[in-house]
Amino acid sequence: MSRKSRNQSIVVRHVNKTFTLRYHRTLKQMSVAVLRQQELADSFLAVNDVSFTVDQGESIGLMGLNGSGKSTLLKMINGIMRPDSGKVLTRGRIAGLIATGAGFHPQLTGRDNVYLNAAILGMSEAETARKFDDIVEFADIGRFLDSPVGHYSSGMFARLGFAVAIHVDADIFLADEVLAVGDRPFKRKCMDKMQEIRDSGTTLFYVSHAAGSVRKMCDRVLVLEKGSLAFDGPVDEGIKFLHYDDDEENPLDTEEELDEEMGADI
Amino acid sequence: MTDSVSGSATDSADVPAPPKPKREVHAPLRPPWSEQGLLEVFRHRYILSLLVRREISARYQGSVLGLLWSYVNPLSQFFIYYFVMGILFGRAQRTDDFAVHVFAGLIVVHFFTETMNAGTRSIVRNKSLVQKMAVPREMFPVASMLVSLFHVGPQVVILLVATLISGWRPDPMGLVLGVIGLLISMTLGTALALMFSAANVFMRDISNAVNVLSNFVRFGVPMMYPYTLVAQKFHGHTQIYLLNPICEAVLAFQRCFWVGATSHPAHTATHDMPPHLFWLSIRALLICLVILAVAQSTFSRLERRIPERLL
Repeated sequence: MSRKSRNQSIVVRHVNKTFTLRYHRTLKQMSVAVLRQQELADSFLAVNDVSFTVDQGESIGLMGLNGSGKSTLLKMINGIMRPDSGKVLTRGRIAGLIATGAGFHPQLTGRDNVYLNAAILGMSEAETARKFDDIVEFADIGRFLDSPVGHYSSGMFARLGFAVAIHVDADIFLADEVLAVGDRPFKRKCMDKMQEIRDSGTTLFYVSHAAGSVRKMCDRVLVLEKGSLAFDGPVDEGIKFLHYDDDEENPLDTEEELDEEMGADI
Repeated sequence: MTDSVSGSATDSADVPAPPKPKREVHAPLRPPWSEQGLLEVFRHRYILSLLVRREISARYQGSVLGLLWSYVNPLSQFFIYYFVMGILFGRAQRTDDFAVHVFAGLIVVHFFTETMNAGTRSIVRNKSLVQKMAVPREMFPVASMLVSLFHVGPQVVILLVATLISGWRPDPMGLVLGVIGLLISMTLGTALALMFSAANVFMRDISNAVNVLSNFVRFGVPMMYPYTLVAQKFHGHTQIYLLNPICEAVLAFQRCFWVGATSHPAHTATHDMPPHLFWLSIRALLICLVILAVAQSTFSRLERRIPERLL
């Protein structure tokens, strides 16, 4: 194997993904549709022949308008969805802020849920035990740790999910709609932690609408347009390509502006 | 304060960052999803055990009787069957130790139908996990099976007490068959749970159909009536009846616990059990393994479209 391919972290080759839009679900609805000669189903190409390669340690910003296929692409890289055709290959452990708190059971305590969630993210029991205190401290949920997460406020719930995900020692870190929840100090803490992850040589794949945080976090931008890869290159050109730079003369001048930028993730 | 922070932010934007430390990843480049089906589940034993524990502890949270509820259901069924069949229809007088006969069958049947029913709903119920995490999805039906299996243990203890009171004399062949009986219902339960759980994502009708199927299972096995009755009424056609692997599972379990408890075990074993029960059970187990393989391939085929079809 060549030196170059050994360094590859994510390989996406000619990937297609089609979704079926189903119009009619029950037998009755379907027979009515047949009688009226309507179409029974319609399909929709969510990701259209996308190819790119990411090297280990690169940090990629994935941008595009709503519905351009970003989340679908991310789900395929994460292994949740499979492409209809084409290849997705990844190297090493994948973690990320995609569905934080997924699998949290409302009736179980925060403690139990941390163990379960960490296991699903690929952590062993010993690894979870080792990082447990850090996770709890990061989530900052205090004495609620041993009460059922169903009683948590939505912010606490989200923080606990974040805290687990961000402590996974991953080779590839995916982040989608990262800062949609949490108060400002928590957002800042998350950004700092993500930078730390990036600086440790982990491949970062960051989905965002916020030009400011992409500029801060990433060194390459991919832009999706209606499912196709429309741009692959340096950050500033990518943001220009998307016309996201129109309304910002002085990017990142103040912390307030950065916060607003991050708020745009919502 | 604000100045210093914004200063550092502009710095990092203007000045090229120092070279990052190289992270050497030695793992191979491979697809991010798992492709080994059930084998993958056994590689993730730790998550599996957590899922099973979550299921068990979450099911009884906030209920006063807690785990006791898992006995109320089979016990109430037992009393109904015993009353209707044993007393009303008079089976209890004609079949030796009829209570043990019913309860031994009930353990197998209840385990099987629970696995099938809970398993069928398992993927839809865990959709938040299925849609967002790349765990092997076979995990969920298998976890349902293990939760049901967890409840079998104490039921067997109750059965043991009952058989010992009736004077149970265990024999090696019986014990072997008891294990085979449990294995048959485990394998078939997992196979059907696997197949139906994926199918249920596409058509929620499946879970209703499975309910109907469980009714047939309850009456299609020699639990509330003895096998002798079937042999008499359908003389020469029992082969068809015995094609149902759960029949063998029930018979094998009864061979273990009931036959040894009757007053003349040798006589019961030859007269009230089908001939060659051991080989019949082995055949049933093999059939179940084939069904499991078919179920796995069906599951793998359907699984590709599960995340987008879960609403």
